[in-house]
Amino acid sequence: MNALRLYGRYIGASVRAQAQYPGATLLLTAGHLAATAIEILGMFALFHRFGEVRGWSFGEVALFYGLINITFSIADILTRGFDVFGTEFVRTGAFDRVLLRPRSAALQLIGYEIRLSRVGRMLQGLAVVVLATELAPIHWEPAAVAIAVWAVAGGVALFAGILVLQATICFWTIESLEAVNVLTYGGVQAAQYPLNIYADWFRRVLTFGVPLACVAYYPVLAILKRPDPLGAPDWILPLTPLAGFAFLALSFLAWRAGMARYASTGS
Amino acid sequence: MQATLRHSLIRPYAAAFRARFLLLLQYRVAALAGFATQCWWGAIKIMVFAAFYETAVVAAPISLPNVITYVWLGQAFLALLPWVADPEVAMLIRTGGVGYDRLRPLDTYGYWYARSLGWIVARALPRAILMLIAAGIVLPLVGLEAWAWRPPSGVEAMALFVPAFALMIMLAVAVLMLANVVVAASLNERGVNAVLMPLVVVFSGSLVPLDFFPDAMRPFLHLQPLAGLVDIPFRIYFADLQGVAALRGLALQAGWALALIVLGRAAMARMMRRLEMQGG
Repeated sequence: MNALRLYGRYIGASVRAQAQYPGATLLLTAGHLAATAIEILGMFALFHRFGEVRGWSFGEVALFYGLINITFSIADILTRGFDVFGTEFVRTGAFDRVLLRPRSAALQLIGYEIRLSRVGRMLQGLAVVVLATELAPIHWEPAAVAIAVWAVAGGVALFAGILVLQATICFWTIESLEAVNVLTYGGVQAAQYPLNIYADWFRRVLTFGVPLACVAYYPVLAILKRPDPLGAPDWILPLTPLAGFAFLALSFLAWRAGMARYASTGS
Repeated sequence: MQATLRHSLIRPYAAAFRARFLLLLQYRVAALAGFATQCWWGAIKIMVFAAFYETAVVAAPISLPNVITYVWLGQAFLALLPWVADPEVAMLIRTGGVGYDRLRPLDTYGYWYARSLGWIVARALPRAILMLIAAGIVLPLVGLEAWAWRPPSGVEAMALFVPAFALMIMLAVAVLMLANVVVAASLNERGVNAVLMPLVVVFSGSLVPLDFFPDAMRPFLHLQPLAGLVDIPFRIYFADLQGVAALRGLALQAGWALALIVLGRAAMARMMRRLEMQGG
């Protein structure tokens, strides 16, 4: 069985398991939708009072908000295994069993669980993109759709990379470090607004440190057909999501270094 | 005689509070991680507010330095918000441990109230102290006083904030106890938390100060019970509510806290009559 078919099996098993409790899964999904959708309420309140922010209308900023939420929800659905790696694999010694199986550890962790409840965030993100389309307005020509899909893919790779790094740290610390939430949940929080409303140092962190701006801000400028107020040339805007894939590749390099020094906690 | 009697009446509740408080203070790493997250959140919120204020400062109901203080206060006392039911109560119900609590010669509502109070204060205290040091002392020292957490606006504001803060905690635990009772009755903490969290974040003013919401909603927003968790005490802190308005705010907090405690007690009495013991 090749890796892809095995992954398909993993997904099937995980989805069937959650379908055993449809009520609970639906409730969790609705709860996740409500908990993540309140942010758009806060954004709406501010725009309602102030009208616009540094030349951006509510409709335009809603597109930033919607796309980054869709992006993160997909990463969040897929990366549960890396998220709980410290507490459920390293500390318990369950990772030993993973290593004994004749498949890559990364594949088994990706297939650990497909978290259906995270669809809640995706649904509210999609709803906000529809709202943005009406308000901005946005013309979804084939090129714009392609850039959006490409940006989301790059963003999923970036968030997955952060989660892989979080798991990698567990080779040294045993426990999962919750401070990484600053980059995942905090990253979504930051990328909901266009980059140019932030202070200089923060823009640099979001562009060159953790390249969230490359998967959220620059490609969305290309969709909105707006030149970058910060002066990035137009041709580079649709290319920036590549940075997400580069980040994921680097994360897996670190992951392999961590694997090489893994020592079981025993029992 | 009278004094010792009163002392012995309070003692078990104080002990319940202390035990929970000391236990939780040991989770230093969790507190540090929470602190880092809250600094990041605070910084983003403040930059967003600053950008909006630059666009149209006249539209703002509160001045920028006060909003910045509001954000830091909110991040410092975030863990005081009752957004998840006490996980220990859910465990007591699932394991049947609630039976022991019923056998104690104590008022169960008061006993759980004291424990939840210990839980909520112990989680909040270390983070609040760290945040005060970072945003109140370090920021001004490194020349960023424009972005700092400012001291209360005057002696009167400070004097009024003390009872407002105490009432804010009382009210928070009263809300938490209602959530605990629903968890105990429904055996489902996730459902309760899923509803509670968004309600508390929006209606307390934790998301944005309540005055930023559209004008038509403001009279309602200022009267509802959750305003006493964030909006009222923080506005008393920077004297946005002063004199009679501040006293009215305190009265609202106290009134709602009392009402929710009465409601919680009644709901708990009802729940306990129907309780079926789990576990074994």
